[in-house]
Amino acid sequence: MLKKHGYSAAELLTILSARQLGDGQVVFAGVGIPLLAATLAQRLRCPGLTILFEGGVIGAFIEPGKLPPSTNDQRCTKRANMVLGSAEVLLLLQRGYVDVGFMGGAQVDQYGNLNSSFIGDPARPKTRLPGTGGGNDIASLAHMIVAMKHEKRRFVEHVDFVTSPGYLRGGDTRRASGLLAGGTFRVVTDLAVFGFEADKRRMQVMSLNPGVSREELQDNTGFRLEFAPHLGVTEPPTDQELALLHELDPERLYTA
Amino acid sequence: MAANDRKATGKTASTYLELREELLRRDRSLRHKVVSLEEATSFVRDGDSVGIGGSTMSRTPMGMIWALIRAGRKGLTCSRSIVSSDGDLLYASGVCDHMVTSWFSQGILWGVSKVMRHYVESGKARYDEWSHMAMGMRFRAGAMGIPFMPIRSMLGSDVCKQRPEAIEIDCPFTGEKLLLVPALNPDVALIHVQRCDAYGNAQIDGLQFMDVDLAMAANKVILTTERIVSNDQIRRAPDQTKIPFFAVDAVVELPFGCAPHECYGVYEPMLRHMEYYVALVNDDPVKGMQQYIERFVHGPKSWSEFLALIGIDELLEAARAGESIYDA
Repeated sequence: MLKKHGYSAAELLTILSARQLGDGQVVFAGVGIPLLAATLAQRLRCPGLTILFEGGVIGAFIEPGKLPPSTNDQRCTKRANMVLGSAEVLLLLQRGYVDVGFMGGAQVDQYGNLNSSFIGDPARPKTRLPGTGGGNDIASLAHMIVAMKHEKRRFVEHVDFVTSPGYLRGGDTRRASGLLAGGTFRVVTDLAVFGFEADKRRMQVMSLNPGVSREELQDNTGFRLEFAPHLGVTEPPTDQELALLHELDPERLYTA
Repeated sequence: MAANDRKATGKTASTYLELREELLRRDRSLRHKVVSLEEATSFVRDGDSVGIGGSTMSRTPMGMIWALIRAGRKGLTCSRSIVSSDGDLLYASGVCDHMVTSWFSQGILWGVSKVMRHYVESGKARYDEWSHMAMGMRFRAGAMGIPFMPIRSMLGSDVCKQRPEAIEIDCPFTGEKLLLVPALNPDVALIHVQRCDAYGNAQIDGLQFMDVDLAMAANKVILTTERIVSNDQIRRAPDQTKIPFFAVDAVVELPFGCAPHECYGVYEPMLRHMEYYVALVNDDPVKGMQQYIERFVHGPKSWSEFLALIGIDELLEAARAGESIYDA
């Protein structure tokens, strides 16, 4: 990817997901690509974007080259508007102050459910993953963008374990389970940008990334894909986006 | 009810009167509570439920955990908002065989902890997963003296299905579905702060995480602190005091008490040591942890000797970065 286009998959993912954010929004960002993409959007197009972190930060303003190792480190608070308790910042999601939740995931399924807890049978797991952190709270209480690397083993028909709920089993099942607000509305990968069909709440391709064919995308996906009627082609990263991204993450901490 | 009974029944909240009695038994007078790190370990008994302050690599009471390993405590059930390498150490040393948290790995920079994986996948230790907000609301309920808090997350997920202790209800006012998460009142809380006085009036700079709720929920609190200041200094800025003295049972002065993790405004994480640690233990979670614990926990004669093993260059670098948070 790097040779072909002059940018890495992680850089493409960061830039494309940054484009999903709008000025004036309040975004709750997880560590890694979400944090970097939100910062990129804030510096490039959305000076009025308010970034929240689960460590207890409102209005983060991350310094270029000083990316924090988690959203609980002091670097997250530099030049922020407010620091507060972890429960307090998470309760802002529940109260409804947050426009967009923004996170990554180890595994996603056709209904946008994310798994970051177990690979294999949870009773006898092949792999115990770190777990939800604030992911379940963000996914349960806000409209959410998911940014993740596109691999067949990560894009599955049904996740092994629903850590962070998307539309659960599709249709009205999310609402019926008691999750009255929010829901995944975008999944951004290095191959395509996805939305969700209005009734079944199943993932559908909105646009293909530069140089990606329908066949290639389907081959890398573990479930049958639906394509939006007016399928677009994603605009490639601009020089300006790439230059700023390199400035923010010169050591490629998140974008290696 | 003893912690072990609670473990057997899966019950996490004491009755209200038991909770009040625990508090009545504590000496809540304005008195000096300064003890040595070794003396502080006697406040934790085998099998206790222990709440750990800070989050991920931030304000981790690492010195206290280090001392509990050296004291050979066993069978603790630990709870923390987010667990990092402190959890590896607690599992591998045999101090803790049950972790209650929302996320458990060394840090996102290093993938999945092979140590956590080894202990949990083999069934040698238990990891109960709750959402981050659920952890916060469990400590909050404990701090409020009520048996549960209602939340609107975790519903519909498999995280919820794995936690029979959480109960779904239809709200009696609105009819909406809610999840009730039980209060968490640890036997002991371990919390590291930037400064406190000899009575335990504790001031926390920067991110507080869940520490204030944890302190008020717990039946005992052990504070470690970067430095002990006078009561006069506390009284000059009482708005900065986040934990009141009467909730605190022991105070230990322990500079660099979170090393190799960070303490807000004082030092950032010691990432070279962390890189060394992660490479060692993720290569071989059993032998690697044995080696690390031998060399860095049992090897040194004191906490200062442990710091010397991390190295003065790395400590100074971390301190310079830590203080830079106050630069314009």
